[in-house]
This record gives sequence, structure tokens and C-alpha cells, in this order.
Amino acid sequence: MEELLKIEKLSVGIHSPMGKVQAVRDVSFALHPGELLAIVGESGCGKSMLCKTIMKLLPKSAKIEGGRIIANGVDITDYSDKDMRKLRGKLFSMIFQDPMTALNPTVPIGKQIAEAILIHEPKLPKEEVYHRVIGLMELVGIPQPHQRYKLYPYNFSGGMRQRSIMAIALAAKPKILIADEPTTALDVTIQAQILDLLKEIRTKLGTATILVSHDLGVVARCADRVAIMYAGKIVEIGTAEEVYYDPRHPYTWGLMQSLPALNRGAKELKTIPGMPPTLIDPTVGDAFACRNEYALEIDYHEQPPMFKITDTHYAATWLLDPRAPKVVPPIGGRGHV
Amino acid sequence: MSEILLDVQHLTHVFRLDKHAVIKAVDDVSFQMKKGEILGLVGESGSGKSTVARCIMNVYKPTGGKILYRDIDIGDKAQLRKHRKMLESLRQIIFQDSTSSLNQRMTVADIIAEPMSIHRMRPARGSLRAEAEFQLSYVGMDASYLDKYPTELSGGQRQRVAIARALSMEPELLVADEPIASLDVSIQAQIINLLRHCNREHGCSILFIAHDLSMVEYLCDRVGVMYRGRLVEIAPTAELYANPRHPYTKALLSAIPIPDPIAERSRKRIDFDEVSFDRDGVLTRIAADHFVLMQEEV
Repeated sequence: MEELLKIEKLSVGIHSPMGKVQAVRDVSFALHPGELLAIVGESGCGKSMLCKTIMKLLPKSAKIEGGRIIANGVDITDYSDKDMRKLRGKLFSMIFQDPMTALNPTVPIGKQIAEAILIHEPKLPKEEVYHRVIGLMELVGIPQPHQRYKLYPYNFSGGMRQRSIMAIALAAKPKILIADEPTTALDVTIQAQILDLLKEIRTKLGTATILVSHDLGVVARCADRVAIMYAGKIVEIGTAEEVYYDPRHPYTWGLMQSLPALNRGAKELKTIPGMPPTLIDPTVGDAFACRNEYALEIDYHEQPPMFKITDTHYAATWLLDPRAPKVVPPIGGRGHV
Repeated sequence: MSEILLDVQHLTHVFRLDKHAVIKAVDDVSFQMKKGEILGLVGESGSGKSTVARCIMNVYKPTGGKILYRDIDIGDKAQLRKHRKMLESLRQIIFQDSTSSLNQRMTVADIIAEPMSIHRMRPARGSLRAEAEFQLSYVGMDASYLDKYPTELSGGQRQRVAIARALSMEPELLVADEPIASLDVSIQAQIINLLRHCNREHGCSILFIAHDLSMVEYLCDRVGVMYRGRLVEIAPTAELYANPRHPYTKALLSAIPIPDPIAERSRKRIDFDEVSFDRDGVLTRIAADHFVLMQEEV
């Protein structure tokens, strides 16, 4: 299958007063048309930076230091802001975490959606724009769109606002939708609705989606493939079944074990000790080694490469080296929940 | 029968928006908490969970109803004045947003020791600083954090400091208002373990408010579900999760994400139709400890 988006050995550094932060380190993955890829990791692991890099919305202090971004067969790594503006919205668009701040509070919802359409097709007649806005509002599940066209964001609930933002993001029929923690600020019931909507949009429009989250439970509902990120690197990537039922990286084990659903009746929840590293000093060896109870001697000296498990499943841990001692994963298998 | 610590009777709280509009944030809520129990309170945002917590902590004055803490009516001025010192030290609260609930201009040591100096308690460990160090080590942080400011800490660490501050008074009742929202999953687990430890080792009762139902299932002994200011169902955790009776509880439970892609994809979500919500029902007992809001049978 032809890749829609291809990231090759991408590295991003941020210059800060304390030194250079290696926010994204040597990340490679591909996104196929119509698939939903979930990126999961703790806060500060670089998942938002990765999304912003793809959209080229990086702050001034951040720079792409290596690697390539190939979107739709074209290398966009060195695109200027002007070139990018043509792609944003059309080729890819983004949904942000906080639906409260992403909308303009002084402009009616309908008008904000219309704005997104008019930017791409300025000469569209008024009635046509109105029809499209209503169509978009129906698509994202806002009931009674005609009455709600003129309402302001403060009239909407959190879930409705997130739906409006999705309508804006989908206005120019993008091929890729990047959703950065779209449900973190929402209630459980609303969260489930938004996730179902993401799934529905993918089926209806064939939009490829990158879903960023810190919760493996949330992602299980809609992801085709899952990438686990730690300290700026992808440490494990595979289809949802492979990552959930046959996880190979100790960090993935840790994330799964800290979910209460897998700890029913246990005296204590398993936790990952310590904190994610700050990434200011270039790390020697595996960045996860000091929090990893399965760490081998080599983890402290040399970074593990991506080991191939199947054609779709890769993990970066020395445990997969043929010379490594055999470790029985503490979690995994179909029937663990 | 174990001792009843907190008895909330027909609690109602109304917020006045302007001259005409009022919001009934809490509407006729009654429940009891036993000593040493962890009671969970769940519901969507705006369902009144935090308002209940704040009424219990005397932050808001309830519009109607009574709250009895060890048979002391905390809404009654005379009784409150008489027992103020005891009530203020034995009830402690942890807020959701640790950025705004900790003073940015105070060091961690000062924050943890502040309640003790307010109550003029004599530090059992010599000095207030030693006391702060002890509490900090109890929540799993070492002495090097004592002179740091809240901005230098991560979200999980700040929440630990807030817990340490609450524990410094050796509370009997700890009200935790969404203490784990906005934290990472692995950090959430650490905080939950800590709360559980407080409960098991020190017999501290916890009112745990959350919207993450899987954490509630893991931590709590009993769970109450709130919707639009009403308590719609309350039951022991296992009973509630196995046998939910109110339609809203069913909808809420069906929305919990489970980390199993194949099962999750085929799972059907139950929608709750808010129009059908009948707020005039009565909390009716259907099993030993299981109460559901339903229409009274005449």
C-alpha cells in the first residue's frame, strides 16, 4: 500500500536556557490511507512535539535536526511557512487538546466553520458555504445545526465544542487528521462519543488519523496500529492486537500494568518507578534503563535498535536480542482482561 | 455495625446566577460514610460532586439539609464554633488543580508545615521542618525537595505535596476532589497506591471524587453516582459494577475504555437519554446496601 505520510529518522531539538532538549529522537513511521495510528506515551515524551513537527507548527526555538517528512510523496521537510499554509487544512489538519481555548469566543460557531471553508475556496457563493457548514455539523453529530449555526462557543458544552473543532478541521476534507489528546478534557461518556466519531469519520471520509493519547485504554477502542513513545523515541510499534496481546517492550508492560482494569483484586497497582528523563543531556544507552526492572548491562551503554518481531511489529529493547536472557512478559495474551 | 463518621442528610445547594436564574447544583443528596471507608463519588462534570465536597468542608454553606460529622451539625454556627479546631484539623481536602492549590511563593517545607503552625501544634518530631521532611518522605519524596517551589515540581510531585500537607494534620476524613485527573496513567497509579496506603495503615476515611470509573472501581469500597445534582445510585463497588440499575449508571459503565482492542471494538455503548431523566424519584433500597433513584410506588 502507498504511504500517505512517511517520517524518516526525524529528530527535533529545542534550544532552552538550560541547554538543548532532544524532544524527538530518530523517529520513523509510516501512515497509510484510511488507517488510525495511535501514539501513546507519558507527558513530556515528545508526542505533541512530533505532531507539531509534522504540521510545521514548531516554536522558533525548535529546529528539525535531521530526517525527512514525506507527505503524499513530496518531501516537505524544508517547506517554508508559505508553502505549508497551502497544505494545512487540505492535506492535514489538527485537533487540539483543549476545546475551550481552540475556538474564538466572540464569533458564532457556524461562522467559524464557514471561515475554514472560505480560506480554501474564497469564491464560493454564500448559500453553498451555508450548506457545507450544515453538512459538516451533521457529519460531526451536532443536532439541530440550523438553530445552532448562530450560537457562540459558550453556549456549547465541552463535547459539542470538540465536535465543532472537528468540523473546522474537516472543512477542507483533509487526507490526514492529527488529534492531539482530543478527549483528555472531557468526561468518560463524552470521551466514548468522540472516539466513536473519530472512527465513523474515518469510515465515511477515509481520512487517515493520528491519535495522540496517554491512556492505552482510550486508544484500544479505535486504533488500527499503536506506537508507544518514550523520551522522544518510538520504542514499540505494531498493530493494536500485537501491542495489546503481545507487548514486547518493558515500558509497554509498565504502561499496561498501571491500568486498574488489569489489576482487579490486586493489593497494589503496579507503577513505573521514577520520572521520565528531561532529555537535556544526550542520553547514553537506553533512556528507559534506569526505570526498567528488566534492564540489562548493555542498556546503560548502547541504545537498542528496532528489533523486528513480525512484518508490522517492531520494538526497541535489548531483550529481543538473541543473546539476551529469556524474560517472561508479566502481561499479555488475549485473555488478560 | 461500624461507627458512622459522616452523615449527609437531604443536602441541597443552589447557586444564584442572577436575579432570576438559579442552578440547583446539589439536590436532596443523602448518604453516610463509615469510619475507615473509601467512598467514591462519580458523575460527569457539572453533576455536583465538587459542590458536595465543598459543603462537607464548610467551604459553601448548604442551602438546605444537614451534614453531621460525628454527630456535630457542621451547618450550625454554635456547634461549629465549639468544635472548630477539631473539625478543621480532622477534615482535610486535596484539590484537583495542584498548580493553583499550592502557593507559588512558598517552599514545599513551608506549605506542608503551614497547617501545623496555623493550629499551633507542637511538632512531634522537634521542628516544623523535621515534620515536613517526615511527611514528604511518607509520600515518597526525599528531603532535597524541601526548599523547592511548586513551579519546580511536576504535576505528580505537586499532588504528593498537597497530600503531604493534608496528612500533616493526621486527618480522619480526607476529601480528594479529582486528585488524579490531569496526571499520566503511571503517575495516577502511584497516587492511588498512596491513598490506599493511607486508608489501610492509618484508617483514614476517604471521599474520593473522580470521573475515571476504572480507578474508582479499584480503590473504593462503595460508590455513589451523581447526575444533575441528584444521587442516582449508591452501592458497594462490586455490586454496582456487576449489577447497575439506574440507566445513567449503565451508560456511564459502558463508556469505560477497556484495554482490549478486539473486545472493545465490538462493544456497544449505551446512550443515556437526558430527557428521560426523572429527577423527582426517591432513593429506594433494592438490595442490602444498594440504593437507586426511582419513582415511588404508590
